[in-house]
Order: sequence, then C-alpha cells, then structure tokens
Amino acid sequence: MNGWASAISDFFIAYPLVLALVKSVLLAVALLIYVAYVILADRKIWAAVQLRRGPNVVGPWGLLQSFADFLKFALKEPVIPDVANKGVFLFAPFIMATLSIAAWAVIPVADGWAVGDINVGILYIFALSSLGVYGVIMGGWASNSKYPFLSALRSAAQMVSYEVSIGFVIITVLLCAGSLNLTDIVNAQDTSYGMAGWYWLRLFPMFVIFFVSALAETNRPPFDLVEAESELVAGFMIEYSATPYVLFMLAEYVAIVTMCALLTILFFGGWLPPIKIAPFTYVPGVIWFTLKVSFFFFFFAMVKAFVPRYRYDQLMRLGWKVFLPISLAMVVIVAAVLQFWPAGPAGS
Amino acid sequence: MQAVFFYLFATIMIASAGVVIFARNPVHSVLFLILAFCNGAGLFLLAGAEFLAMILIVVYVGAVAVLFLFVVMMLDVDFAELKQGFAKYLPVGVGVGVVVLAELGFVALGWSSAPSAADAAANPIIPQMSNTAALGQILYTKYVIFFQASALVLLTAMIGAIVLTLHHKPNIKRQKIDEQNARTRENVIEIKKVPFRTGV
Repeated sequence: MNGWASAISDFFIAYPLVLALVKSVLLAVALLIYVAYVILADRKIWAAVQLRRGPNVVGPWGLLQSFADFLKFALKEPVIPDVANKGVFLFAPFIMATLSIAAWAVIPVADGWAVGDINVGILYIFALSSLGVYGVIMGGWASNSKYPFLSALRSAAQMVSYEVSIGFVIITVLLCAGSLNLTDIVNAQDTSYGMAGWYWLRLFPMFVIFFVSALAETNRPPFDLVEAESELVAGFMIEYSATPYVLFMLAEYVAIVTMCALLTILFFGGWLPPIKIAPFTYVPGVIWFTLKVSFFFFFFAMVKAFVPRYRYDQLMRLGWKVFLPISLAMVVIVAAVLQFWPAGPAGS
Repeated sequence: MQAVFFYLFATIMIASAGVVIFARNPVHSVLFLILAFCNGAGLFLLAGAEFLAMILIVVYVGAVAVLFLFVVMMLDVDFAELKQGFAKYLPVGVGVGVVVLAELGFVALGWSSAPSAADAAANPIIPQMSNTAALGQILYTKYVIFFQASALVLLTAMIGAIVLTLHHKPNIKRQKIDEQNARTRENVIEIKKVPFRTGV
C-alpha cells in the first residue's frame, strides 16, 4: 500500500463519521443517476410496447432526457395555491423524497457494501416504506382541493392494506433466513445450487405476492388509483409544480427501485452470481445486484404497459381477501415445515 | 455524542408533545404527534433497543397515526363550539388531571424492581445476541401465556370493532365478484348480423 492510500485509510479509521458521510453521498449520487435512467427506461419500454419511439431527441438515443426534464422543472416557478396549507404543502414532497432515499442506507449492494449494516435492516426498510404514505396524505390534504383529497384517502387505504401482506411475505423469508439483517438474508441463500437455491423457487407463491404487493405499495399501474387520470386528473399531485413536483416524482421512482432491490435481496440472492462457476463468479457483486434490480424494474415497466387498471373494490378485495389469507397461511406452513423438517426445502 | 442526541430527541419530543395539545389545527396536532413518535423511536435506538424502535415506527406511525390522520381530516372540527364549555368543565378536568398525576407519582416513588430484573438491567443483552432474538426467546418461552392472552384481547377488540361497524343493508347494490368471475364469453356476448339500413 503506498503512502497516500494508507494516509486516507488512517483518516477514515480515525473519523468513522466522515467515512459514513462519504459512503452516503456516493450511494445517493449513484442512486439518483440510476433513477434518472430508470425513468428513461420506463418511458422507452412503455413506448416500445405501444410501437412508439419514446424520448429520442435529447442526447444520443434520448439518454439525457431525464436530466433535461429535471432542469426544466427546477427552473420553473413553483405555484402554491392560495388556500393551501403552505407549510404542510411544501413539507409533503420533501418528506417523501427524504424517506424514500433514506431506505437505501441499509441496502447491501454487494458483500459488505451497506452504509449501515444494522441488525433490523428489513424492519427499517419496512418502517420507512410505511411512512411513505404520509407524503401522499399530507400533499393531498394540504392542497385543499377535491381530487387531491380523494386521492389521499384512496392511497391511505391502499398502502396500509398492502403493507399487511408485504409484512407477512417478509416474515416467511425471515423464518427461512433466521435473521433480520439484509446481509445475512442474502448469505442464507448462498447455497451450492446457485440460482435454484435462492428463495424465489422455495417460496414461489410468496415471491409472486410480494411482486404484486410491491406494485400496489408504490402506486404503480395496474394499481395506480391514487393518480387515475380518468377519475382524479393527477391525484394528489394536481396542485404541485416545478421542484416540489420533481421531488414527488423522484420519491415515486426511488421507492420503485427500492422495491426492486428488496425483491432482489429477499428472493433473488442479492449480489450472488446465478451460477457458481468461473466466469460468473469473476463479475463483481455490485454488477449482479444492479442487473437483478434492472431485471425486476423491466417487469414493473412491462406490467405498466400491458395490464389495465383495477377497479377500486377489486384492489381492496385482492389485498384483504386473497393475499392476506394466502400469506398468513404460508407463514404457518413455512414455520411448521421448518420446525418438523429442518433439513427440508425451507431450511438452508 | 450519545448525550447530545439524547437531549436533542428528548427536547424535540417534549416540545412536539406540547404542540400536539396547543396547535389550533387538529391535523397539525396529529403531525406533531407523529414527530413525537419518531423521536421516541430515536430514544429507543439510543438505548440499544432497535427492535422496539422499528416496531414503534411500523405500528404507531405507519398504521395507528395514519388512521388518526384519516379521521381528523374527515371531521370538520368547529373550534368555537369546542371551546364553549371550557370554563364549565375546567374543574372536572383539573380534578381528573390531579388524580392521575398523583397516581403516577405514587407509582414512580414506590417503584422497586425484582432482584433478578435488577441483575438483568445491569447487563441488558447477552453478548452475540441481537435484541430481536432475545425478545423472541423470552416472549415465546417464559411469558408465552401473557403473550397469547394479549393476542386474545386484541382479537376480541378486532371482532368487536367489526361487529359494531358491519351492518348489512338489504337494498344496496354490491359487486358480486363470484358472478363476475363466472361470466364467460359464450354467456354474455351475442353477435348479431345487422342488415344494412334496417337496424336490429
């Protein structure tokens, strides 16, 4: 190790807070750039399904479109409605963006690459995603307008309902992995079977339920009743413009990427290579992680492109009468299998 | 470092609890209640009880306070009307407050913990065991009866809430999902050839 490198590592050992800050900033920047391209990919995939070309003017193949959009929104004038509750109105997008980015503090993008590798990582993410509903409720209420308020009420009911089944799905994974730490959950999937040892195969029904609930939790189509254009114009975001609007949009996409990352960690082996033989094991973990997250995002985008929107009562029925009983039964079944047949398929 | 954060969380918590009482807008009250909960979770974290901190946020902030907020937003509270009986009910309110305060005082002053609990408090966590695992082991072994009993109380409350709010009105049109799912193309679509310029 040469002089400079050892001096830097000594500095970081002496000041762990500075190291945490540097890590957080690096992760946040990488995440935001990734999200910019995720938004572009979303529009491109949607366009391709509809035989359009999508954004293709700004930069080569439209690659700079998201940045151009961001500049446009940042330079616009924010309009605050006269009768809005100003403090809450401006605080709502801010809190939503902060919470969605904060969830990434515990996500291990490769072995040991987590800003905070805490014992209750999965609970932390679950807690933050359950807080995400506040941005919507506060924004909808503070706008002091009919459609945003209706949208806020819908989202409160929807997000609380689907959180329940997400919670039970997470419990089944925790039972198999035996830990609440995200790194341990990924390591528990590190078997000699490679891809077949990950939890998506062993807990396949839970994997499907988690994917669908993730769509509902992030208000993605076909469950985007919060901003159903034909009924509520733009939902809770109607009165927002310029930077506050961008924060809402950013929060929405970061939440989607977080859900993709959770799918990757809980069911798809995190940073592990799909086959444990030579050329695959040379690829760094962070690349596998990004590839898997992008893979799940592709499905999020495809679902948006070709599934029609649910009716509200169908949405509630699916959450409470279909997913909740199935996931509750699976918690009991998985626990029983682990208790009476520890070496069986659910054990590691 | 720990002390700085302790005083930070504690100050914000007490201040926001005060705002909950004094805010004119009930929605603001609920929002400050949420802030108080979050700071409470911060205090749990400082005490090393990370499981309790997260559960506090998931349950109280993520579910209970959402319902509070929901109800408070829907109610149209009239403050003039609320303040009307203030002077009349003040003595009763003060009386209840004094009694509760006195009870709290007696409990706090007469508090003594069992010798085994005092030992455990001296070394709170078994090394190499996360407090989630520690809580689970004690809840499902030593206190399993109490745990199950409290679950039964919650179940009773849940059934009670459902019984109170569920009433079947006879003349309401409902979505019948089974009938909707049972419809097939053959049963519901009829293709007719319409002769030109004569109509069906």
